[in-house]
Amino acid sequence: MKVIAVVAALVLALLFQTTLAGMSFRGGTLVNFVLIAVICVALSFGAVTGLLAGAAGGLVQDAIAGGVVGIGGLSKTIVGFFVGVVGAHFIVSQPAPRFVMFVGGTVVHELCFQSLYNLLEGRAPHFAWGTLFTQAAINGLIGILAFQIVEGAPGLMQRRESRRATFGRRRF
Amino acid sequence: MLDIRKRTGWIFLIVIVAQVLLVSAQVQTRSGVPVMEAVSFGAFAKVQGVTSSAVRGVRDVWSNYAELRGARDENQWLKQRLAELEIRLQEQRALAARTTRLQELLTLQQATELPTVAADVIGGNPNAMAGIREITISRGTADGVQPGMAVMAPRGIVGRVIGQPAARASRVQLLIDRDAAAGALTERSRAGGMAVGMDRDPPLGMELVANLQDVKPGDLVVTSGVDGIFPKGYAIGWVETAQRGPGLYLNISVRPAVDFNSLEEVLVILVPPRPALSEAETKAGPEGRK
Repeated sequence: MKVIAVVAALVLALLFQTTLAGMSFRGGTLVNFVLIAVICVALSFGAVTGLLAGAAGGLVQDAIAGGVVGIGGLSKTIVGFFVGVVGAHFIVSQPAPRFVMFVGGTVVHELCFQSLYNLLEGRAPHFAWGTLFTQAAINGLIGILAFQIVEGAPGLMQRRESRRATFGRRRF
Repeated sequence: MLDIRKRTGWIFLIVIVAQVLLVSAQVQTRSGVPVMEAVSFGAFAKVQGVTSSAVRGVRDVWSNYAELRGARDENQWLKQRLAELEIRLQEQRALAARTTRLQELLTLQQATELPTVAADVIGGNPNAMAGIREITISRGTADGVQPGMAVMAPRGIVGRVIGQPAARASRVQLLIDRDAAAGALTERSRAGGMAVGMDRDPPLGMELVANLQDVKPGDLVVTSGVDGIFPKGYAIGWVETAQRGPGLYLNISVRPAVDFNSLEEVLVILVPPRPALSEAETKAGPEGRK
């Protein structure tokens, strides 16, 4: 069940990422759905699942996006692992801590990602901090929303089923 | 069963390393060599370097040990060789010295008009304690040596043949024997007397020289020829002290011209002494002449 959920999350994230590839906020700031999915998995299932999901999702994303395969995987593996470790030690079931985790995870991911690329291309590291934090905040919001949907959907469906059943037995 | 939750760190490390390798395989260095190849080659080169150093170290230690063992054998061989060469060198030095002495002897032989024969000293050391000083030489009657014949060295008079010589050997009474005597005179003042052996240092003296004669230290004493044995004019020694004696004669000590302690080759003058003197001296011998 866990594997299915993780795979489903990653597939959905990749679909969103490829479908909404052109979507940007504030001039080029892209939402990273795969990273959001990895952080969600890490917070939900722990460090091992988080790092494996990060590795798998990152590699696939790298393969689809072109360029050097492995840099995104490496960055997402690190994020998945540390988010899973932090999530196991602290209570992150509330939206605010989760937002912090998404923001932190996004910052760490971008730092790793950009640093690795700069390292490979032999350039001096340069970070657009404004863009980075904006992306982190958007990822955080989307992540919280995703959590709400994932955690709220089963109850909502159950309530709807119950309501339908109640209406079915009524006689007007 | 393996619980991967307890191996989180290892899994993380493995995944990271795998992805680093994956990235490295796709990236090239500035020289165009793939990073993975460059890194692996560098790492392998370091391992090779360490291995090579270790192997070289072991080989050096072993070769040093082997060389050390070889050096010990070689050292022993060289020591033996050195000893042999030192012996050879001493032989060569002795040969050179002998050649020099023989050359001097030959020069003397050519200088004198008298018939002579060279002889080796084959035995007998001067016995200073007894005051009897004799040597044995390698010439005898077969070489024409007769009793009473004079024996010389390049530096001066040695002595005379005494006793009956053998066919290939003869006894020689040295001039420093206490019973030996030779007619002598000083070369400078021509003061005549008799050189005799003495039990003292210097082992020669000059007797029968009148107090009135002019004899000084440093005067050369030569044979006078009046004894009928030693030819005239050959060196006996140098006057070391000349003092007025209690009687009519001077007390004169003479330092021999010949080093009697290092005699090795001598020259026998093949001229028989005058018959009367030769017969008397020969019959008397060293003991009989006391």
